[in-house]
Order: sequence, then C-alpha cells, then structure tokens
Amino acid sequence: MNRHRLSGTLPKRSVFRVLLAVCVLAGNSIVLGSCAKAPADDHQLILWTIGREGEAIIKLLPDFERLHPDIHVKVQQLPLTAAHQKLLTAFAGNSTPDLTQLGNTWLPEMVALNALEPLQSQVDHSGVVKRDDYFPSIWSTNIIDGTLYGVPWYVDTRILFYRTDLLKQAGFDKPPQDWVQWRTMLGALSNPTQHRYGILLPTNEYEPLMALALQSPEPLLRDGGRYGNFESAGFKRVLTFYVDTFKLHQAPAITNVEAGNPWSEFGRGVYAFYLSGPWNMGEFRSRLPAAEQGDWSTMPLPGENGPGASVAGGSSLVIFRTSTHKQAAWTLIEYLSQPTVQQRLYDLLGDMPPRRSSWEGASLRDDPKAQAFREQMERMKPTPPVPEWERIATEMQLVAAQAIAGELTIDQATAKLDQRADTILEKRRWMLDHPQRSDAR
Amino acid sequence: MNRQRVAWLFLAPALIVLGLFFLLPVIAALALSLTDYDIYALANIHNLRFVALSNYWLLLQRPLFWSALGHTVYFVAIGVPLSMGTSLGAAMLLNSPLAKMKPFFRTALFAPVVTTVVAMAVIWRYLFNTKYGMANYVLGHFGVHPVDWLGDPHWAMPTIILFAVWKNFGYNMIIFLAGLQAIPIDLYEAARIDGASAWQQFRHITLPMLGPTLLMVSILTVSGYFQLFAEPYVMTEGGPLQSTTSVLYLMYEEGFKWWNLGSASAVAFLLFVMMFAVTALMLRLSKRGEGADA
Repeated sequence: MNRHRLSGTLPKRSVFRVLLAVCVLAGNSIVLGSCAKAPADDHQLILWTIGREGEAIIKLLPDFERLHPDIHVKVQQLPLTAAHQKLLTAFAGNSTPDLTQLGNTWLPEMVALNALEPLQSQVDHSGVVKRDDYFPSIWSTNIIDGTLYGVPWYVDTRILFYRTDLLKQAGFDKPPQDWVQWRTMLGALSNPTQHRYGILLPTNEYEPLMALALQSPEPLLRDGGRYGNFESAGFKRVLTFYVDTFKLHQAPAITNVEAGNPWSEFGRGVYAFYLSGPWNMGEFRSRLPAAEQGDWSTMPLPGENGPGASVAGGSSLVIFRTSTHKQAAWTLIEYLSQPTVQQRLYDLLGDMPPRRSSWEGASLRDDPKAQAFREQMERMKPTPPVPEWERIATEMQLVAAQAIAGELTIDQATAKLDQRADTILEKRRWMLDHPQRSDAR
Repeated sequence: MNRQRVAWLFLAPALIVLGLFFLLPVIAALALSLTDYDIYALANIHNLRFVALSNYWLLLQRPLFWSALGHTVYFVAIGVPLSMGTSLGAAMLLNSPLAKMKPFFRTALFAPVVTTVVAMAVIWRYLFNTKYGMANYVLGHFGVHPVDWLGDPHWAMPTIILFAVWKNFGYNMIIFLAGLQAIPIDLYEAARIDGASAWQQFRHITLPMLGPTLLMVSILTVSGYFQLFAEPYVMTEGGPLQSTTSVLYLMYEEGFKWWNLGSASAVAFLLFVMMFAVTALMLRLSKRGEGADA
C-alpha cells in the first residue's frame, strides 16, 4: 500500500494527517475502520490524453475505479495541435503527469529526454500484456536502442477507402494489388474536365506519402539514423509514383482545407480512392446516406509488386520516470490493454486495437470493412526511430509539394531532401559520435 | 551629491524590475542564440554547443525564413496604412458635430479591441467559411463566386489583414479622437471664412495638427504589426501552404514545436534588429519632414 501512496495536494494531506491523529488517539477499531478509507482520496493518478481519446477514456474509467477503489484517475485532455509543445514544456518545467498517451513518432524524442520509464520488467511479470499477441511492428515502435518504453494502445495505419461500384462500372472486379494495376484504375476513373479524380491525396499531409515511402525496400535514413537516404532507388520510385499521380491529373493538387468535405465528395464520386486512416470509418458511416453505404469498402495498400506495407502509426501508453505512482500507472495500462477494454474503445471511437486477440470481438471480426485494417496490420513498417523524424517528414512533404508543382525534378527533390535531412540530423550525428556525453545524462 | 543618491533611490524600483524582467532575459536570449540549444541539451546541458553565429547564418539560408519575412512585410505594408486610415476615418466621423449617439458608437467601435482574439477568430472562421460563411453569402448576391478565404494561399493573408485591422482599429481611433479634440475650433472657423474646402481643411489643418499623434500611432502600429502571431495561430495555423507563417510564427514553431531554442532566439533577434531599424528610419524621416516644414 505504501509503495503506491500518492502525494496529493497539501491541504488534503494535512486533513489526512489530522484524521490519522484522531484515529490513533481514539484507539477505537470502529473509528480505525472508517479511517482506513481516507487515503483513497489521496490516490490520484494523472493521465494525459491527446485529442479524441480523452472523451472516450472517461467512459472506460468508472469500471477501472470500481475494480481498483484505491486509485483515482484524473484525466487531463490535450488538444492534438498543442500536445507536442505541452509535453516538452511539461518536461522542461518538471511537471509531467504520471502517465500519458503518446504518439509513437514522439516516443523517440521523449526517450532522448530520458523522460520515460522502461517497462520491460513490468511486461515480463504481467498476465495481461503479452508481447506475442501484439502486431510485431507496432510493438517495435516502442523499443528504442533495445529498451521498451511504452505499450501500444491503438493503431493508426493508413489504408485505401474505395468505391466498389465505380470500380465495377469501369470494369474492375477486384481492387488493385500492385502499383501497375492501381495506376491503370486511377487512369480509368479520372476525368479532370468533369471534376472527377482517381484519388484524394491532400498535399499538406505527409502521412500518405510516408505510408508509400515505407514500402521502399531501402530504409529512409541510413547509418543508424545519421543521414537521409532519400536518394535511394526505392524512394525515388515511390516519389515518382506519387508525383505522377498528380501530373497525370489522377489526384487534384489541393490541401486538406481546400478539400473541404471529402466525405460527401467521395459519396458523389469525385474521388474513387481515398488514402486515409481508421477514424474515417466512422466518418463515412455517419456522413454518407444509407443508400450509399453498400458502395464503398476498404483495402490494404497496394505495393510496388503485390500487397504493400503501410505506416505503423498510433499511440502508446507510457509512464514518466518522475512519477511517484508507477505501480498504479502500470495497473491502469494493464486495464486499458485488456482485449475487452480495447474492444470498447473501438466501439466508442473506432480506434483500432494493437493486439490480435482484441480483434476476436464481434464488432471487429464480423466487419469486413475493418478487416482490411487487420490485414494491413500484419504488413506495417515503423518510421525511423529518431527524435527528428517528424521534422524530416514535414520537409519531405514540402519538397514533394514543390515537385508536384513542377519546380523540382525527382532527382533534384531527393537531393534537396537528403541535404535538409542531413542538416536536421547534424546534432544527432554529433551525439552518436560522443557517446560518453549521451551516457552522462 | 545627496540629491543624486535620492534620485537613484527613486529610480531603483523601476531599474530593478526592468533589469530583472527585461534586460536579463534579453541578454540570456542573446547568449542562447549563439548556442544550439535543443531537446538534447534539454536532456543534458553537456550536449549544448557554442556555435557562434551559425544559427543566424543557417537562418538566412532557409527559404522559409525569407518567405515568413515576406509575409510579415506584406502584412505590415498593407495592414498598417489600412488600420491607420480606418482609425482616422472612424475618429473623424465620431468627432463630427453631426454625429449622434457618440458614446454608443465610441464603445461599439472600441469593443473589438477588448474582446479576446480567440473568441473573435472562431466567429470570423464562421463568417469566412467557404460554403456556409456570411461573406460568401453576401458576395453571392452580387454574382461573385465563392472565395476560399482561409484555404486559398492567395486569400488567407488578406483575410488575416482584414481581421487584424478590424480587431485593432478601435484602439488607435481613441488616440486619434483625443488628438482631434485638442485641435482648436477657431482654426477651422478661420479656414471656412477664407473659403477652404473640407479636403483643404483636412490637408492643411487636421493632418499637421495631428502630426505628433500620427507619428506615435504609426510607430506603435508598425512595431505591433511586425509581431504578427495570434491571428495566424488561431485562424490558419500558419497555413495554407505556409502562406500566413510570419516571422514570429516561425520563431514559435522553432522554439516550442521543435524546441530549437537556439535558432528560435536567433529569429527573435533578427526580428528585433529589423523592427529597430524600421522604427529608427521612421523617426529620422519624420524629423527631416519637420525640418523641411520649418
């Protein structure tokens, strides 16, 4: 009990002390019995959530608190746009919570700050969190330099939404398996003069290009994340395929904001394909009229030669090193990792669970549209585990947008990208070359 | 001797506060801008390196810095004259003997200044929504095609300028109003007897008499508008296609999004140097103008 005694606010503590003193003085078993419950109020676990998950988790927590009456969870919701700076500022100001939801592209950064608690020993003794049950690539995004720092909570991979009826009309019975088939279909389904395009790829999001870039057989960074590897033949082929889609007018060169309402336009047939993530399952189901629900489906990404990989994105649950209630925090992580709880999270938000056994639940198993995600999850690849990755991905999209606009050729774009990545990674190289300093932290 | 000591004693509270909360942070930021302070240095101060002027050098080579500077200059060059013109116009209307319900209008026109920028941005985002916005609805009656105010890279900055002008003109209006009320009425009476037109009265009485006020207002407005940040932050997040990324927004992203405090401090100092130069130039020009008049 003492091990996870939680430090609360000062007034509460002094109230508790007074109560304790009264109990001891009274020396009465009845009074003591009622006093034993007093510390429960003091057991406050602070959990940060990012974006939509905050609203859903509030509905999951009452059951947890019923099972663990000695732990009280206080949820603090961060908006997605402010979460990153909030986490860094909290670290700088030494005011991190006990545990948080953390996007797995931000995990390397938090590990570089030495802010997170290693979790391997907890997992070894856990009856709930079983490594083999998780999709391997999503699990591996939580391992930095051989140490485990987080437990995957949900997966956010990218797949294709497509219009089954439009494909049939154009004479295609099966969705595309590789880029060649995909290109043929995109060409047949595009008619820019009538404002019809094969696919919507918003030019301000780096995720679609990143999902395709991970299909490249070569890694995106080389020499242990020291240099960019965008001039590799594999990435050049990916970028060519991506840029050609715009140059052939099979995708409009517009941003997300300009796309406005992509759901109703998808329903009207403006786009036959839409490369996007799990949250759009719910959006399409609620926004498209019932008559159109039979006309769309989902499929894993086509690859260069046959079914391709996609990004192993998503969020993990991590415990901060400074937390004074690590055991209670781990109890909460175990609870949220239970297949039944993950299924409830899916029912509430559409967040895709990272464990295979969670997919045995009826709402996921019997949903053919969700099964495409299940299939893609066996073929995901993690992004390079360096803190600088998000900045590099942002640059990747900016340079790709210039290539789409015709300002750069593929060779110029990849050379520029490598140059920018190398500049961003300069400090990392210096850090890796001075290991005694990074050990000293 | 004794008097001097007393004088310093009186100055001490202000000097201490200024030194502690202004001078010291500025010096610290200058020192920071000569280092590569980043998340690695945040983890362990031994990872901090002295890089001399290379933050500045790298910044001057970044296309994003120059485009951010371009957007800021665009905002200042269009926004400041527009804002001051609107303020002066509103002040003159309020000062006119024909105006009715002056206290009401004075309060109403000043209201945008005291409302929070975030709440106003929410309303403006509705007004300028492409499909459901009032602006496009009204323009539609005149046969104008819907404009994607905040989503089109060419329109986003004009919309931000419009928002900033509307938000800020009330403040300058009050200052101008005070200046106008200080102009003796006999000057206008004499001019009218001499047969001066309204425009001539404005050109030869109002403007010269408002000279010092105009100078002060323009310096305040220019230095305020150079620090463009809140409007793009709440309206467009620097987009679309970074078309509303100002210098200060770039600094914010460098510093708090990517935690490169070294290069963010360098951005801050470059902005400071530019604002200092522009303000000095304005003061110099106005002095020369006064000299020519005399």
